[in-house]
Amino acid sequence: MSTMTATAPAVPATPAAHHVAVPISWKAPVAYTVLAVGGLLGFGLSAEAGETSLISIATGAPGLGSPSFELPTLASVIVLGLIQLALAGWAWRRASQRAKAGIWLPAVFGVALVISFLLWAVAGRGYAIQFTSLLSGALFLSVPLVFGALAGCVCEHVGVINVAIEGQLLAGAFLAAVVGSATGNPWLGLICAPLAGALVGALLALFAVRYWVDHIIVGIVLNVLVTGLTSYLFSTVLSNNTAVFSNPTQLPRWPIPLLSQIPVLGPVLFDQNVLVYLMYIAVAAFHVMLFKSRWGLRMRACGEHPKAADTVGIKVNATRIRNTILGGAVAGLGGAYFTVAAGLAFGKEMSAGRGFIALAAMILGGWKPKGAILAALLFGFADNLQNALGVVGVAIPSQFMLMAPYLVTVFAVAGLVGRVRAPAAEGVAYKG
Amino acid sequence: MRLELRQITKRFGSFVANDAIDLVVEPGQIHALLGENGAGKSTLMNVLFGLYAADGGEILLDGQPVRFSGPGEAMAAGIGMVHQHFMLVPVFSVAENVAMGHEPAKALGLIDLPKSRALVKEISERFHFDVDPDAMVEDLPVGAQQRVEIIKALSRQAKILILDEPTAVLTPQETDELMAIMRQLKAAGTSIVFITHKLREVQAVADAITVIRLGKVVGSAAPTASQTELASLMVGRSVGLGVAKAPAEPGPKALEVSDLSLVEPSGLTSLDDVSFAVARGEILAVAGVQGNGQTELTQVLLGLRHPTAGSIRLDGRELAGLSVREVLDYGVGFVPEDRSKDGMVASFTIAENLVLDQVSAAPFSKAGALDIGAIADNASRQIEQFDVRTRGVDTPIGTLSGGNQQKVVLARELSRDLRLFIASQPTRGLDVGSIEFIHARIVEERDKGTPVVIVSTELDEVLALADRIAVMYRGRFTGIVPPDTPRDVLGLMMAGVPYEEALAEHKAHAATPGALAAGAAPAVPADPEEGARP
Repeated sequence: MSTMTATAPAVPATPAAHHVAVPISWKAPVAYTVLAVGGLLGFGLSAEAGETSLISIATGAPGLGSPSFELPTLASVIVLGLIQLALAGWAWRRASQRAKAGIWLPAVFGVALVISFLLWAVAGRGYAIQFTSLLSGALFLSVPLVFGALAGCVCEHVGVINVAIEGQLLAGAFLAAVVGSATGNPWLGLICAPLAGALVGALLALFAVRYWVDHIIVGIVLNVLVTGLTSYLFSTVLSNNTAVFSNPTQLPRWPIPLLSQIPVLGPVLFDQNVLVYLMYIAVAAFHVMLFKSRWGLRMRACGEHPKAADTVGIKVNATRIRNTILGGAVAGLGGAYFTVAAGLAFGKEMSAGRGFIALAAMILGGWKPKGAILAALLFGFADNLQNALGVVGVAIPSQFMLMAPYLVTVFAVAGLVGRVRAPAAEGVAYKG
Repeated sequence: MRLELRQITKRFGSFVANDAIDLVVEPGQIHALLGENGAGKSTLMNVLFGLYAADGGEILLDGQPVRFSGPGEAMAAGIGMVHQHFMLVPVFSVAENVAMGHEPAKALGLIDLPKSRALVKEISERFHFDVDPDAMVEDLPVGAQQRVEIIKALSRQAKILILDEPTAVLTPQETDELMAIMRQLKAAGTSIVFITHKLREVQAVADAITVIRLGKVVGSAAPTASQTELASLMVGRSVGLGVAKAPAEPGPKALEVSDLSLVEPSGLTSLDDVSFAVARGEILAVAGVQGNGQTELTQVLLGLRHPTAGSIRLDGRELAGLSVREVLDYGVGFVPEDRSKDGMVASFTIAENLVLDQVSAAPFSKAGALDIGAIADNASRQIEQFDVRTRGVDTPIGTLSGGNQQKVVLARELSRDLRLFIASQPTRGLDVGSIEFIHARIVEERDKGTPVVIVSTELDEVLALADRIAVMYRGRFTGIVPPDTPRDVLGLMMAGVPYEEALAEHKAHAATPGALAAGAAPAVPADPEEGARP
């Protein structure tokens, strides 16, 4: 080797005069500008001079009732549109500085856009938008999404992809309805819902963890299985004994004293039934326990780096099985929403794809309970908006309104995926 | 604690990975387990650590027979292991990783983080590790991650520490630091089992050496044994250390890369203004610790990724912006760093793998249909030329040994007339025989007048092949230096120190022979044995 005298002299690298900068992404500011201008022109131009929009707000405070406000449509839409343009301008500025605009920007922008849309939709119709009921309805509609997303969080953090949330919701809804109806006691129904979900979770764990079947395939098969089974039982057992099994029971509404008196937010958040309160507790508890507790650390280790967990004596597959069943139970509890919480009897396929939207909410929420509830609220709001506008009788075909929540889902998830990280070992069988 | 393994046997199907192995590690001893890749060292340690169940034999700790059904039990008995691939959760903090599995907890099972932090701090300070308990593991350099692994083992009161190929991912300086830590642990009474295939390290730190070959103990040696002795014991025949290689006769410049930069979508700069040229008939070896932009450099050269700025000119043609197909057709041969993932299709036959990138045109296909005969002929010719040991050309390549797989990949790439040959980690994980063969082939290609770029994290390989050495650190070239540059200078450059500074430091060290680096490794550039590889 020493015969290899240098064929080239040593060339120490000279420090470069410049660094190549990150190419700026203009996608977000362009999108904001297009939306703002589109909204301004679309809603503004079609509003006739002198038209007004009614907004009604239930305050919840005794003596105030539900005051209505009459706003001049054109002026309001223009003001809101200018706010949106200002926000878009801020987004341009931040992008040119290669800085991130905070999460508040899309949030405020979205709220402004939605309000101008609402004002335009009800302009000159004489109907008032029931603002409070719009929000409380949104919260209620988001309940199964939140429980479903929590179930997804638990399962994915332990390394199991749970596509069977839909089936778990449906199973929970079914058992809750049947038990509630047979006993005449919605509380018993509520208690049984998680058992049904846990059973579906146990099947998922059995095939995915024990037999290494692809998690997504097992999940889809379980969804089909639960749909088929509940539909079959519905058309036979339930339809033949309507009095016993399809007699709807409903959980009572429990306004929380004092808290429910808070103006505007009180009636929205604290005049609900017990399932909604359980949801608050579940989100807070899971958020803390997942990231701060021994249980959370160990189960996340199984989903991130199972071998590392194994080498410190954590039983990976047992942990996965336990938590997949737990996740199923959480989704099952969410299923109670469709029947005993809403006061309805069981109906075929009544979960109607909410399990998949819940999965989207989990991804949009960055695999975190706190994020999941925000995403679920967004989807719930889109869903409820379509109901509310249907009642008002807006000139948009109802099919388009029905698409709204799914469009929101697709755009929201597409815009975020890649920026948040899924647990590294999810969907990967541990064969240690 | 005294560890004794008696007649440990482990089989995988019909393959015997460990065949009646005996091993005794005395308390406070550094016992090196030396063997080639695939000799069965890691399997043996996984048996000891309870990850595999032995098919025969017994384990004794201080004379008492023990039996572990899982790593948890092994740890409880005082055995700690630092795995070759770290067993750390990247998105957890150091304290969380150390606590994992035996977390101090408060009410409701909430983790007592201050307590786990204090534990990390205490051990870290005792051994001068300088590890921040709140840092995310993924943000730490590899050397620091390894110290976290050691802290993890020590926090469980490990009396016996198994280090599985611990230096594979370290710079030479980090290796010296690790050896200092090993001596410190030994002084504190910890027994260490040191698994490696690097002779230099064994000589520097071991008290006793056991050599394993093909699953059997083939002998033991004292640390005073020479490298040649150890190498022939390990390989089973006498091996010539180093590659016979005539001086390069560089022709005109063929590849000219200037101001090449690559910015990741995340905003990280993985290639930062890289410029170099390679002449015909010359090997440029890119050295550096893994993850400093070498992978990205080869990807950009091949056209797998397009550079953010800069140009790549090969024989006058601009390659930046071309597709991989166009780059290959222009005459670039490429051996990827992950052979099994990117270099071949495991379930395809050897014959098919030999023409993977050439099937779209004559002579291997006619009118859109494969010419099976031509493909088979080509395969028979290639496996003979490249000495691929196989039962036939129709054998799936996945069933071959790593060395034979790599020979197939190399045969495919070198079977064409090339304007440029790029090989990334050409001998990673291979046995000594295959390494010799592959190195000889690479030199032969150079002598045909092809410019060659070798990317390797093994300094031995770099020193064996290079006509010039480019050292890469954080996406930049720290310098392009002659092949006789001393090891520790290269090591410093791999840590980002510019050439002149590194050279000055090297001279200062040479003047004070008591220094750690000089004492630990006989890294004297004038020594003709040096730079030789097993």
